[in-house]
Amino acid sequence: MWARAVWLTSRGVLGGCQAFATKANPQESGRITAAVIEHLERLALVDFGSREAVARLEKAIAFADRLRAVDTDGVEPMESVLEDRCLYLRSDNVAEGNCAEELLQNSHCVVEEYFVAPPGPCAFKAGSGTTEVNPWPYNSLSYYFQTGNISLPKLDEKEPFLHS
Amino acid sequence: MLKGYIPPFNATVVQKLLDQGALLMGKTNLDEFAMGSGSTDGVFGPVKNPWSYSKQYREKRRQKAQGESEAADCLIAGGSSGGSAAAVSAFTCFAALGSDTGGSTRNPAAHCGLVGFKPSYGLVSRHGLIPLVNSMDVPGILTRCVDDTAIVLGVLAGHDPKDSTTVQDPVKPFMLPSLTDVNKLCIGIPKEYLVPELSSEVRSLWSKAAGLFESAGAKVIEVSLPHTSYSIVCYHVLCTSEVASNMARFDGLEYGHRCDINVSTEAMYAATRREGFNDVVRGRILSGNFFLLKENYENYFVKAQKVRRLIANDFVNIFNSGVDILLTPTTLSEAVPYLEFIKEDNRTRSAQGDIFTQAVNMAGLPAVSMPAALSHQGLPIGLQFIGRAFCDQKLLTVAKWFEKQVQFPVIQLPELMDGCSSVFENEKLASVSLKH
Repeated sequence: MWARAVWLTSRGVLGGCQAFATKANPQESGRITAAVIEHLERLALVDFGSREAVARLEKAIAFADRLRAVDTDGVEPMESVLEDRCLYLRSDNVAEGNCAEELLQNSHCVVEEYFVAPPGPCAFKAGSGTTEVNPWPYNSLSYYFQTGNISLPKLDEKEPFLHS
Repeated sequence: MLKGYIPPFNATVVQKLLDQGALLMGKTNLDEFAMGSGSTDGVFGPVKNPWSYSKQYREKRRQKAQGESEAADCLIAGGSSGGSAAAVSAFTCFAALGSDTGGSTRNPAAHCGLVGFKPSYGLVSRHGLIPLVNSMDVPGILTRCVDDTAIVLGVLAGHDPKDSTTVQDPVKPFMLPSLTDVNKLCIGIPKEYLVPELSSEVRSLWSKAAGLFESAGAKVIEVSLPHTSYSIVCYHVLCTSEVASNMARFDGLEYGHRCDINVSTEAMYAATRREGFNDVVRGRILSGNFFLLKENYENYFVKAQKVRRLIANDFVNIFNSGVDILLTPTTLSEAVPYLEFIKEDNRTRSAQGDIFTQAVNMAGLPAVSMPAALSHQGLPIGLQFIGRAFCDQKLLTVAKWFEKQVQFPVIQLPELMDGCSSVFENEKLASVSLKH
């Protein structure tokens, strides 16, 4: 019977099948420098919180490095399994809406029909006698107070939030 | 993060069920943001597998471990849709919805002895499903028998103008035919799925199932999916990258948890997200952001997308060569005790739990986990059937044939049975079904 033949031969044991035994490659760990940590925290708006979290990231990267072994020459990246189909576009007519009140109810801080956010980081002027508040709450240097050429914008200048 | 949040709208899949007269019994527990394969990392605590309390399991335990405390060994329900699986398994409801991005519906189905169905990507609307990986997520269906799954799928499938990734092909509800013979069927057994970590019980059950099809006249052949060993890594990169993007919407402003800090927007966002997300979610966000950095984008994210195409092509090649259905295990072993499961971290466990299931998500194929037999410990073991894209009906038809052959036993929950013994008299019934 075919089944017996398959199970008795030693096949299907590819080296990569130990996919979940994580072994950090000593050459590649330690590439998470303080600068990278800071950068990632800033982009993700999530802090590492502990040395273990950084170690977990190092392991995750080491795990991802196994992809290098695959030959992908001439292969196009795949974004969607439905790439051969036309995306459905509906006509540009208002079909629903008018639910501002319901949506506003879910927010903790609302004034009239506005969601209320705290002030952006550029609202604080350095050296003006007001208390300098580090807008970036972790123990890494804030981008805005780094040495060099960055001068703080004035209070009335508009700045988009994401400009690192 | 979503503590206290009341959604102002229904997901399309929920609305469709309500429109057909379904009664919503409740919302179920899960791994936070569907990240995990044990349902142990949720805000409400771990989900307990109803089989932990079953007569079948308890009897086997008493035989083996006399004198040991029975309470100590609560089993995981699988994940991430473990709560839904536990609910259906314990006869709380006829059907439950889960999500399936890497196996999150099929994994708990296997551990809880249920039919866990993952539809083809694009068949069922994702509007209202909190996105994890937009190109792989689908709503999943958990029931006690295949006919129930077919009924639910008939209600849910179809184009939704609110989800432009649903296909526009017309879909109508179907009754599953009862296959009388399988001799026109070709079943493929992917050899790369025979991994060393597979438990011997699952392996032998897999073999038996293949033998079952063969002796019924089907053609059963070994096939190869050469890039299988890379699929879990590829999934890891794509998932964390998409998560990094999808979780960005949780900033505490428009909905959800918001911290008390009001010093600045950045401080508020950062503290809200630290308080609102658990370590697993935060870890994935950070990993994802790393892979999406300019200097890493080509080497990780785009590379993973290319590998994804290779994996998807592996499946296409197999189906084009005449194979109708693939048969694989769903999980490496039966459900393990909670205390044992938490010894390893979430990423390791997810990699183990998803190993047979996530390649299917990458290729967008339909798949179903069917309860096959009880293990020596009296716990369910599931086997997975994978079909060609949009051949969901054919897949379920074969699954139904298998279900009939296997006659998986009904869970015996003594506390539950006492009150309603007449209903469960007929132990041959795979379930109390929606049809009756």
